[in-house]
Amino acid sequence: METIVIIGNGISGVTAARHIRKLSDKRIIIISAESEYFFSRTALMYVYMGHMKFEHTQPYENWFWKKNRIELVHGYVTEVDHKKKQLLLKDKDTVAYDKLIIATGSKPNRFGWPGQDLKGVQGLYSKQELEQLEKDAPDKKTCNRAVIVGGGLIGIELAEMLRSRDIPVTFLVRESSFWNGVLPEGESQMINEHIREHHIDLRLSTNLVEILADENGRARAVVTDTGDTIECNLVGLTAGVTPNVDFLKGSGIELGRGVKVNQFLETNIHDIYGIGDCAEQHEAIGNRRPIEAVWYTGRMMGETVAQTICGNKIAYKPGHWFNSAKFLDIEYQTYGWVFSDNGRKDYEEHFHWRHPKEKICITISYHKQSKIFLGINTFGIRMRHEIFDQWLTEERSVDHVMEYLKDANFDPEFYAKYEGAIVKSYNQQFGTTIQPKKKSWKRIFIKA
Amino acid sequence: MKTIKNIGLVIFLIGLGIFTALPLIGTFSLSQLDFDQLVLDNRIKSELFISAVEQGVVGKQFEGMQSLSPVVANALDEANTQHRKNKEYKKVIYIKSHDMAAMMGKRAGTGFIAENKGLMWFLTFGLGILGALLYILPNVVLLGKKGIKNDGIYLENATNRGWIAWMVFVFLVSFYLLLYFRPQFAVNWTYLVDPISMNISGNMAGHWFVYGFMYCVVMTVMAVRMYIKYRHNVYQMVRTTSVLFFQIVFAFLIPEIMVRLQMPYYDFKNAFPLDYDFFFQWNLRSLIDSGGIGLFILVWGTVLTLVIVPVMVYFFGKRWYCSWVCGCGGLAETLGDPYRQHSSKTLFSWKVERWLVHGVLVFAVGMTLMTLYSFFSETGTVLGIKTASVQNTYSLLIGSIFAGVIGTGFYPIFGNRVWCRFGCPLAAYLGFVQRFKSRFRITTNGGQCISCGNCSTYCEQGIDVRAYAQKGENIIRSSCVGCGICSAVCPRGVLKLENGPEKGRINPTEILLGNDVDLMHLVNDK
Repeated sequence: METIVIIGNGISGVTAARHIRKLSDKRIIIISAESEYFFSRTALMYVYMGHMKFEHTQPYENWFWKKNRIELVHGYVTEVDHKKKQLLLKDKDTVAYDKLIIATGSKPNRFGWPGQDLKGVQGLYSKQELEQLEKDAPDKKTCNRAVIVGGGLIGIELAEMLRSRDIPVTFLVRESSFWNGVLPEGESQMINEHIREHHIDLRLSTNLVEILADENGRARAVVTDTGDTIECNLVGLTAGVTPNVDFLKGSGIELGRGVKVNQFLETNIHDIYGIGDCAEQHEAIGNRRPIEAVWYTGRMMGETVAQTICGNKIAYKPGHWFNSAKFLDIEYQTYGWVFSDNGRKDYEEHFHWRHPKEKICITISYHKQSKIFLGINTFGIRMRHEIFDQWLTEERSVDHVMEYLKDANFDPEFYAKYEGAIVKSYNQQFGTTIQPKKKSWKRIFIKA
Repeated sequence: MKTIKNIGLVIFLIGLGIFTALPLIGTFSLSQLDFDQLVLDNRIKSELFISAVEQGVVGKQFEGMQSLSPVVANALDEANTQHRKNKEYKKVIYIKSHDMAAMMGKRAGTGFIAENKGLMWFLTFGLGILGALLYILPNVVLLGKKGIKNDGIYLENATNRGWIAWMVFVFLVSFYLLLYFRPQFAVNWTYLVDPISMNISGNMAGHWFVYGFMYCVVMTVMAVRMYIKYRHNVYQMVRTTSVLFFQIVFAFLIPEIMVRLQMPYYDFKNAFPLDYDFFFQWNLRSLIDSGGIGLFILVWGTVLTLVIVPVMVYFFGKRWYCSWVCGCGGLAETLGDPYRQHSSKTLFSWKVERWLVHGVLVFAVGMTLMTLYSFFSETGTVLGIKTASVQNTYSLLIGSIFAGVIGTGFYPIFGNRVWCRFGCPLAAYLGFVQRFKSRFRITTNGGQCISCGNCSTYCEQGIDVRAYAQKGENIIRSSCVGCGICSAVCPRGVLKLENGPEKGRINPTEILLGNDVDLMHLVNDK
């Protein structure tokens, strides 16, 4: 019987294991040094905030693995020997494999800042980092102030976490406006406002220069390039992540920033695959980045590689881009591509609408000439994935999207509806006379 | 703001403390006149009991029900034993000693509590309401910007099964035990609400009136908490208003007013088999004897269960009843909201749930069939089993212990829907309709789920919502009461409660939306 070994028990590795089990009787081993059982990394913040206990982050009960004959090994892989087809673990054990899946995920970026390895300096990615945070910042007495470096999704989550325990937070963001490498200007501005509403000391266009130590080797302050020295007890480094592949150096597996893989998620070495955050495509797929550190892409690569390993060789072809996040109290969803002012394509035009009072807005991007709908960002309004996926596939026009926008609304029942105001604003701006169509169950469930 | 909260907490605890002390204090002195009336009203024919009470109770002063109650119980016991021995069965008194003591206590109350009903109401209910509101209202400011506010739930003693939770547990369980099994100790409480009862029904309050009134008060105060906590979520606001309306108007006011109008006491929204004694002999007789309105109730109650309830579940899911109308659900969604996370999500609990809840349904239906057979054939037994003893067993085990003591008492430890999930026969019945013939579903939004688990954690019915959402599947579960909290707490906008076409409602998927279209077709259509 063939043995499949998976390094990493995150969403990619576990999805691959589950699908291989569905498709075959192969022996499956998952190795992880981080945690005994699979947990949802995206939920770590809620454990610190007291919304959940750690056990709630585990999507499967502990008996699940044995029942599905998925062997779990708690250990750290130090070396991959592809000639002998075996792995060496830290405790000197070896594990033999017939096929190997590398799904080791990411680690927080550290850009060589002076003081970045001091005590009280950490990222927020792993279970261990959550535990460290609980030790270093249990309350505002122990932690008088925290400084967060890096204005991305994890940075704002960490800020929200610390604020939930009333710890004062200074948030250093390199860009001139929060996440404006991804978000168009209007949206980015709205999030700036919202961050400040939560009493977070947001400092835009500010970089970290150095972290200063106290006599015990703990971080005591950070120095910024605007000349400020900010006293603090905790420094959160959240300037993005990078593939966690250092243990593969010298193994013969081709590495770039991550494990180099082709469209079939195969590495340069036969029978070794790379999936999830640690995989780097030779060539980016569509507008996607070669490395995608996103929850659902990890899951999709797991779904795909399981097919290949079980004899149905299939390329990784993600469908239309989508994603979601939550910025403090504001939910964000995106379908298709809406680029920021920096990254905007020359054919791309935007329509932006913002609610006069509430923190609600949308941006729709479309092709300048053909008026084909390219994508939507929505803040504070939930939208239906299926509808937008369908419109993107059918290459609908932006006018069509406006006309049928009510079909796409996914807000809970009785919520105020904004399609009328959105379409009105669109009509005014473009001189059109679109009448929004009433929501139709028939159209919504057309595929059912 | 924090100071206001603390002052509120102290005031609330004072009110609660006085309320809790009441069962054991107060002066009781039964006059000959009152006792004669009591004998007359209850057609007591036991001269032994009458003389024992006249010697041992009448004209004497008792401090606290704990001193009066045993004397009454003794007198009753001795009289009944003697009559049985002498085979004087017509003289045997069938009123339980607790109820007898309660009846005497109600007439015998003297002194401060009985004479200052208004003031005592203020010192208990009044302080409780005032304190609770002072504790709750500052949250408008303290919770900050509107949104999901679950910070610290698992860090705080009261909501994380700490000692406060266990104290609440002990208090609630004791309260229900007293209410169901030692009503004589609730006599002082009844004084507090006598003026209110007089105004509504024209009668003095009994312990069930106390309970009904308290139920409404607790729900109203905790509804204020819901309005503040979920002020961003219109679904929760509307739902809370609905459930509050049905409790106050349908469960509390209308039945009392009907009594005033010489009609039978009836809660028009309480459907069989939750209303398990609807078809009991005494109820059928009383309805038939009350003329037109009685017959109307008889028809309404039957149509409600057989037609209205299932048809509404077809269109809206069982939520229209369980979390929009029902009284048990109403308390769970207001008083119980802080404890919703404690429902167990394990597969094992699900198995237990299915056996138990369907077992209770079978029990309720079986009992009712026996009852109806007995009623129409005018016999007391079916296949050698006494109908009355089956009814008594159900009333005790299911009606009192399961629905009351466990159902509400266990809130702080096992979550707020223990009864609805494991015990309610009506929920089991609605569940069948919801699972097999309904337009209701919780739609999962394509591939957006990140498996964080907020939905599962906060599901009061113990449904592992995430297990479906992370597979891109809609949630179709018989136990779902449609409270809408999973959708509210989802950080990624993945869940939506909606009613739509039945076709495609259940949508098993292997590969989620967002992946390669060919792969999705290949695997999902197989």
